[in-house]
Amino acid sequence: MKPAAFEYLAPRSVEEAVALLAERGEDAKVIAGGQSLVPMMAFRLATPAALVDLNGVSELDHARVDRDTLVLGATARHRSVQELAGLRERCAMVAEAVGLIGHPPIRNRGTAGGSIAHADPAAEWPALLLALDGEVDAMGPGGRRTIAAADLFRTYFTTALAPDEILTEVRLPLPAGAVGSAFVEVAQRHGDFAVAGAGALMIVADDGSVADARLVLIGVRDTAVRSVAAETILRGASPTDPVLDDATNAIRSEIDPVSDVHGSSAYRRRVAIAVARRAVTLARDRAHAAVA
Amino acid sequence: MDVTLSVNGVSRTASVEPRITLADVLRDELGLTGTHVGCEHGVCGACTVLLDGRSVRSCLLFAVQAAGQEVTTVEGLAAADGTLHPLQKAFHDAHGLQCGFCTPGFLMAARELLDENPSPTESEVRTWLSGNLCRCTGYQNIVDAVLLAAERMRGAP
Repeated sequence: MKPAAFEYLAPRSVEEAVALLAERGEDAKVIAGGQSLVPMMAFRLATPAALVDLNGVSELDHARVDRDTLVLGATARHRSVQELAGLRERCAMVAEAVGLIGHPPIRNRGTAGGSIAHADPAAEWPALLLALDGEVDAMGPGGRRTIAAADLFRTYFTTALAPDEILTEVRLPLPAGAVGSAFVEVAQRHGDFAVAGAGALMIVADDGSVADARLVLIGVRDTAVRSVAAETILRGASPTDPVLDDATNAIRSEIDPVSDVHGSSAYRRRVAIAVARRAVTLARDRAHAAVA
Repeated sequence: MDVTLSVNGVSRTASVEPRITLADVLRDELGLTGTHVGCEHGVCGACTVLLDGRSVRSCLLFAVQAAGQEVTTVEGLAAADGTLHPLQKAFHDAHGLQCGFCTPGFLMAARELLDENPSPTESEVRTWLSGNLCRCTGYQNIVDAVLLAAERMRGAP
């Protein structure tokens, strides 16, 4: 189908965008890459009365690594992140996750900020934000506020962002030192939404034990989710294969996958544990390689 | 709204509602029907065009959003005298199409790939083109065609 009619608004600054959004009220929506919103409009699942297009707001178009933080403006494309020099060496989990987002034409247009604000439980960016304890800036009529990843995602397609707020910047701290990380998915085809996916990051201490571990899962419940159980088992332990088995089996109680045409709940549960195991194994091996 | 964009190197202006996608403007307003509209929600890849040299789904972009930018469609591939682009020639020679509906999208996606990576492996070609659907060929000849075009464009013997 064709999208329903809407008023098109093309602000040149964040201030102007916020004012337009406030003026038009809840029937107005923000568009950045449009790779989720436009399909929803084509299906008329979304029929916004007005679209506030951020693509002309040049102050939002930036992607860089600032010391130990990946900083992304609201219109930074997935592709712009892929093109950051040295990102794979700096944090393999981010590079691998971004490479798994859709297909080249989707990555050329879609944005990290849009993916986070959209909050699809199978999407990669919300998982990266959670795994790296990142934060986002939001601008509304009341001014700017910072929201931590842990406080952002509420449930399916729902975040703590107010309808009159615009996500302006995403910041992801990139751990340094003896760190390894990975992002692994199982999907029907390359670029499809994952049946289940997992991102893992591990920092090993001088004595070989796990100084820090992060495990995040996608496609297995209403939001991307950090596995507290797995991380608790891993921290301080020696990351042997049996420990990794215990840790990734522990996610079973924390996930609640739905059954759909791509797989039953039971199948998704098994896939989630399998991809978690692969991701944690890669993270461990890469952390060891970083020490060597 | 009046929208002016450069299409295949020519400045074109169309008067369109904001809700009209770039794909529909190319086809219905500018008469460039080489860009095909399949699923209209970003899954099939038939409407792939280049925007400032980068592949995009023209069904997921409103024409007003492309104002002032450079759009390249399948009509912009061949030379002015009708000489086929090496990709088009390779699709012809390697039987990289049957009904042809998906072909413009594959050509534009492959064009971006070869612009960036003149020597892709078969696996890289398959991964890159995974966002384009073909219901006839089974993809094998499409992949062969892209590899053949890459070889010819590199001037390999």
